[in-house]
Amino acid sequence: MLPVPYRVQRRRQESHDTFTLELSRSGSAPGLEFAPGQFNMLYAFGAGEVPISISGDPARPDVIAHTTRVVGGVTRVLSRLRRGGTVGLRGPFGNGWPLEQSRGRDVVIVAGGIGLAPLRALLYALTANRGRFARIALVYGARTPEDVLFGAELERWRTSADVEIAVTVDRATESWAGRVGVVTALLRRLSFDPANAVGMICGPEVMMRYAAAELLSRGVAPDSIFLSIERNMKCAVGHCGHCLFGPLFICRDGPVFPYERVETTLRVAEL
Amino acid sequence: MDEKTLRVVTRAALEPLPGLLRDRGFTVVGPTIREAAIVYDEIESLADLPIGWTDEQGPGGYRLRRRSDEALFGYNVGPHSWKGRFHPSDVLLFQAQRNGRDVEFTAPPTESPPVALFGARACDLAAVAIQDRVFLGSASIDPIYATRRRGAFVVAVHCTQAGGTCFCESMRTGPRATRGFDLALTELLGAGEHRFLVENASERGAEIADRLASRPASSEDLAAARAGVERARTSMGRKLDTDGIRDLLYRHAESEVWDAVAHRCLSCTNCTMVCPTCFCTTVEDVSDLSREHAERRRLWDSCFTLGFTHLGSGSVRTSTSSRYRHWITHKLASWHDQFGSSGCVGCGRCITWCPVGIDITEEVGRLREAEGSRAP
Ligand SMILES: Cc1cc2nc3c(=O)[nH]c(=O)nc-3n(C[C@H](O)[C@H](O)[C@H](O)COP(=O)(O)OP(=O)(O)OC[C@H]3O[C@@H](n4cnc5c(N)ncnc54)[C@H](O)[C@@H]3O)c2cc1C
Ligand code: SF4
Ligand code: SF4
Repeated sequence: MLPVPYRVQRRRQESHDTFTLELSRSGSAPGLEFAPGQFNMLYAFGAGEVPISISGDPARPDVIAHTTRVVGGVTRVLSRLRRGGTVGLRGPFGNGWPLEQSRGRDVVIVAGGIGLAPLRALLYALTANRGRFARIALVYGARTPEDVLFGAELERWRTSADVEIAVTVDRATESWAGRVGVVTALLRRLSFDPANAVGMICGPEVMMRYAAAELLSRGVAPDSIFLSIERNMKCAVGHCGHCLFGPLFICRDGPVFPYERVETTLRVAEL
Repeated sequence: MDEKTLRVVTRAALEPLPGLLRDRGFTVVGPTIREAAIVYDEIESLADLPIGWTDEQGPGGYRLRRRSDEALFGYNVGPHSWKGRFHPSDVLLFQAQRNGRDVEFTAPPTESPPVALFGARACDLAAVAIQDRVFLGSASIDPIYATRRRGAFVVAVHCTQAGGTCFCESMRTGPRATRGFDLALTELLGAGEHRFLVENASERGAEIADRLASRPASSEDLAAARAGVERARTSMGRKLDTDGIRDLLYRHAESEVWDAVAHRCLSCTNCTMVCPTCFCTTVEDVSDLSREHAERRRLWDSCFTLGFTHLGSGSVRTSTSSRYRHWITHKLASWHDQFGSSGCVGCGRCITWCPVGIDITEEVGRLREAEGSRAP
C-alpha cells in the first residue's frame, strides 16, 4: 500500500515537544473519512513511517490533524516540516472509540500526556452531538503546566459544551493554580453514574492500568471501559508482527479495546 | 487418494519432469547442495538434486552424509523453507522522488514468473497454507506475496524417513502431504528398482504426469509406498504433546521455565529465520545524499531482537525470557486465535539451527512438568 502525498496546511507548536500538523490532499481529491480513535501511518521522506492518531474533527475530513510528540528519529523529522511540506500518508487504520455504545450514557474520559490526541477527535464528535450523551467528563494529566495541550479547546468545551474538565500535573510551576498529582486521584472525586458510564482511556500504560482499576472499583463494567493501546508498528495491516499484544494485532483489532480483552496482557510484564 | 489411478514412473522416466515444468513457464526450485547444506534453489535437472545424500539432524546440529543408494529425496528439510520464494527476505516497497515541494511515490513492478516447488514436504506445504492465511486471508492482501504465490505449481514428496528433529506426526501435518500440491511423489528404492509412485491432484498435474512414461501401480508398489510413509511416521526424532497446548501456554505467561531457557538462548534470531511460518518484517528507509530520492525496503525481522518492540521511551520486551515466551506462545497458542491453526508445523528447523540446541518440544515438556509438580 503506497503512501499518498499530503500537504502541510498548518503547523502549530502545542508545547515545547509537541506539535500539530494539519494535512490536506492536493487538488480536489476527496477528504479522508475517519472515526475518532483511528490512526494514520505518516511517512517522513527518507526517515521512516510512524503510527499517529488523528487528533482533528471527524466532521472535517478535508483537514487531517495529527498531534505528535517528538520522541525519536521520525517524529523529529516530522516536527521540522513547515507549511507547504509533504508527508506520505496511509490510512486510516484501526477501530475507533465506541461512540454508538456511549449514547445516553455518562462518558468518562481519562487522558495522560500525548494520549489526549486521539481523545481530542473523540471530544469533537461528542460535543458535536452533545445532547446524545449524559454527563461528559475529561480527566487529564500532564507532566508540567507547560505540557498541557489544547488549552483553548479544553476551555471552550468546558464553557460552551458542558464538558466537565479536570487537569492535573505531576510537577507544578509557580504560576500553576491547578491540581498536582495523578489522574486517578481526580477520577476518584469525579461524580458519575457507574452503572451507566463508559470509560475511555489513553495514556502511558501504567496510568491506563490504574485508571481502569479505579473505574472498575467505582463499579463500571469491564466491557464499558476502553483503552487505546500503543505498540511498535511497521505495516498497520496485520502483516509485520510488531504490534502483537497477546493474541491481538493492535493495528487491526485495535487500537481501542474493551478492558476485558486486554486485562491479562496488561497485567503481565513484557508480554 | 484413489489408488487405482496411481502410476509408477522409473527413475529414468522421471528425468523429463523439471524440463516439462520449465516448458510451461515455471521457474523450477528444488533441493540442492550449497555450503554443506541442502537448500532450495533453482534447479535445471534432476542432477542438481542432492542425489545419494542424507542429512543428520539433532538439536543444534546438521550434517550431510552419503547414503548407500542413489535416492533423490533421501533427506528431510534444510535451513531454507519455501517462504523466501513468496515472502522475500528483502524487497523494495516503494521509491519516493521529490520534485520541488511535491513527493511522488512509485511501487516497483510486481510481475514474477510462476514458480514450481519441486520436492515439497508435507510440513512445508502446511507452512505455505499458513502463510497464505497470514498474507492472503484477511481484508488486506499483501501484493508481493500474492504475485509470487499466484499459479505456483507444487510437486510434493511424501517423506519415507524422518529426521532427528522432525515432529510433523505430532502436529498432524505429515509425513504424507494431503493438500496443496499438483503432483506428489513417493520414492521407492526396494525390489531392485528405483521408482516413484506418482499421484496427481489437479488437471495441470495430470497433464504433466501423462507425459511421463509410466505403468499402473502394482499392489507391491502401493504397499511399499505405504510402508515408507509408515516408516517416517514411526521414526520421528521428536514428539510434542499438543493436548490443550493453547491454554497450557496462556496459563504459563508467568513461569520460571522462561528464565531457565533465557539462560541458554542467545537471542540470535536463527529459529525465526529458519521457521517456515514466521512472517515478521521490519522496514528500512534510505535516501540518497541529495535527499531527492528515497526508498523503503521490507526485510525479515525477528521478535528476538531488542528493537522489535521499541517505541519512544524504550522496548517492551527487554528480557530474553520475555522474547522466547513471546515466540513460543505465538507459535503454539495465539496463532490459533489469529489464524485458526497452530503456527508450528513440526518441521524441526528451529531445533536443528539453534546454536545452543534449544528444543521447542522440550520446552513444552518443561511447562507440562512445571504444571505437574504444582498440581495437588
Ligand atoms: C496506534 C498508535 C497511535 C499513536 N498515536 C500517536 C499520536 O497521536 N501522537 C504521538 O506523538 N505518538 C503517537 N503514537 C506513538 C508514535 O507512533 C511513536 O512515538 C513513534 O513511532 C516514535 O517514532 P520515532 O521514530 O520518532 O521514535 P523512535 O522511538 O526513535 O523510533 C521508533 C522506531 O524506530 C526504531 N528504533 C528507534 N530507536 C531504536 C533503538 N534504539 N533500537 C531499536 N529500534 C529503534 C524502532 O524500530 C521504532 O519503530 C502512536 C502509536 C500507535 C501505535
Ligand atoms: S516453530 Fe520450529 S518446528 Fe515449528 S514450524 Fe517453526 S521451525 Fe518448524
Ligand atoms: S532459541 Fe536458539 S535459535 Fe532461537 S534465538 Fe534463542 S539461541 Fe537463537
